[in-house]
Amino acid sequence: MKINVKYFAMCREITGQPEEVIELKNGATTTDFWQVILEKYPRLEPYRAMSRLAVNMNYITDTIELNEQDEICIIPPVSGG
Amino acid sequence: MIRIKNTWIEITEAPLSVAAAYEFVVDETCGAVDLFVGTVRNQFEGKAVAALEYHGYAEMGEKVLQTLAERAFQQWNLGKIAIHHRLGLLHLTDISVVIAVSSPHRAESFEACRFIIEEIKKDVPIWKKEHFAEGEAAWKYTNPT
Repeated sequence: MKINVKYFAMCREITGQPEEVIELKNGATTTDFWQVILEKYPRLEPYRAMSRLAVNMNYITDTIELNEQDEICIIPPVSGG
Repeated sequence: MIRIKNTWIEITEAPLSVAAAYEFVVDETCGAVDLFVGTVRNQFEGKAVAALEYHGYAEMGEKVLQTLAERAFQQWNLGKIAIHHRLGLLHLTDISVVIAVSSPHRAESFEACRFIIEEIKKDVPIWKKEHFAEGEAAWKYTNPT
């Protein structure tokens, strides 16, 4: 299945793009997402432990199953304001 | 931009207007308007800062701000709320955030305004990159206390 990944700030600098479509196996979870994304962009590794994920613009706290066309974003600790 | 009856939320690359936020919230049922304005400061931990670059997920950020406004309305008796956040490259004294809250009595708008800025610093998907005067630049991913 295909999911849409968005990158902002430090993540955009590391991946070199604002967004992309990533192929995951059907039934993949957010844990599988991290595995695929870290294989593709090892420089994101330091952010894994500190970051949250947002799926369809909602923060998620536990591991969840992803669905075709979901929009996912890695959210390192924020520094707005 | 999300603009409904009592709430105006906006994350934008355009310069922010304190006057516009104030005009939106001022209300004949309210005896108080509290304003918080965040501006670009010239140093961080003793290092001279030349500029701040804000980047973020504007669409999700506006949704998070809308939820924050709803929580504030539930918690306090308020008139109106405006929350505006800037993105892009900002220079010293430029405004990065404006929060305006009106309420019948002053205590509520003071408390709600404080609540909103503290929550912004935890949850709104926006990041700042500090451009130091000496030339280097770094994304911040922890909040200043």
